Amino acid sequence: MTEKVLENTLEALKEDAEGILREWIDQADEDGAKRSDLFSEKEERDQAASMLRAFRLGVRDTSREGDFDLRDEHWADLRGILAEVTHERVERGVLPGEMAAFVLALKTPLFGRLTEKLKGQPDRLIEEVLVVSKAIDAFALYTNEIFIAEREQIIERQRDEMLELSTPVVELWDKVLTLPLIGTLDSLRAQEVMESLLQAIVERQAEVVIVDITGVKTVDTQVAQHLLRTAAAVRLMGARCIISGISPKIAQTMVELGVDVGEVRTRSSIKNALTDALTSVGVAIRSIEDSPRTRK
Amino acid sequence: MAFPGARKIATIELRTDRDVAKARSRVSEIMKAKGSRDLMTTRFVTAVSEIARNAATHGKGGRLLVYDMPDPRLIGVECVDEGSGIEDVERAMVDGYSTRQNSLGRGLGGAKRLAKTFTIESTPGKGTVVRMTGICTTR
Repeated sequence: MTEKVLENTLEALKEDAEGILREWIDQADEDGAKRSDLFSEKEERDQAASMLRAFRLGVRDTSREGDFDLRDEHWADLRGILAEVTHERVERGVLPGEMAAFVLALKTPLFGRLTEKLKGQPDRLIEEVLVVSKAIDAFALYTNEIFIAEREQIIERQRDEMLELSTPVVELWDKVLTLPLIGTLDSLRAQEVMESLLQAIVERQAEVVIVDITGVKTVDTQVAQHLLRTAAAVRLMGARCIISGISPKIAQTMVELGVDVGEVRTRSSIKNALTDALTSVGVAIRSIEDSPRTRK
Repeated sequence: MAFPGARKIATIELRTDRDVAKARSRVSEIMKAKGSRDLMTTRFVTAVSEIARNAATHGKGGRLLVYDMPDPRLIGVECVDEGSGIEDVERAMVDGYSTRQNSLGRGLGGAKRLAKTFTIESTPGKGTVVRMTGICTTR
């Protein structure tokens, strides 16, 4: 009995693949899973047709082995096509639910045909409907898994991009650099920060470096350690390091932690730090009225 | 029971530095929802950061559990790891003591000063449990 479990489904797929395909797309349309705004009739049809073809091949081999498991070798084709179609749909902005609904809509034409074929054999009908249903549900879930995997890749990529973006060394004035730190300063980031900062000191022949931690929420012993080490390295390069943006609450917390900043200069705001830095390179910022215009 | 009468409201797995960052922002969110003042939040979150990092690095991963305390002005956390444990807890609490070179060695002592209550139990070879409570509001 079990070795023939999908016999009638296979037969229906052989007899009337065109009809099933048409009804499937119509049903998807009715369920609101068809995105005519994103895909042309033909694209939609081609995608559905290739999925149906792979489904048929899978069903053919399943009916021999009897058991259903999406991870089986003979479903590899369908898995590949589902991944491809889902990927294309993600790119165009189809929602995960819509993709799943599209796959699920295949049930309607298949069940209709099974009901006709197995008229008078309710036991067989239920059995076969159950297996087909289980298979199609698994495919729908699979498309969701693909969606999630795609999203995770995007998140991972964005995180890497942010990590790189978040260590910009900016030249504020000749020989004055600033490095605004944002977010968390874990060991990996601290290493990157240190490298790009020291490199910039050489390239720009900097004398003063302002490390601004206004955007760092928590300064624990590890962060403090990284900051002090960075400052020490900057000093070894012959430049001065000013740490700015230490808020009152961070100052109090650092005292409780017993962090000693030693000789490292600190300032509460980047404004104060900039004034300091400019003074030490012999420049000052003044309002326009005070200074005589050099031109007419 | 970690704290008598307390209710567990969050669990955070600790494996990487990123998890430590997650633990910080989660505890910070919870405290803000309780109406905690900025200073209180910063202090306690820093303490959480210290013990969470200890679990993630020395403890080879662990869990941070956050509790609603019977006293609504407080928050409780319990940090559990199954790492190598600490041989001499009293010495580990002393500022400047560290088993690693690149460390200030002020983490545990600092966390104790930043928290309202602080207890540590460690069994060498078995792991470490740190429990802390922090004040959210004084009213």
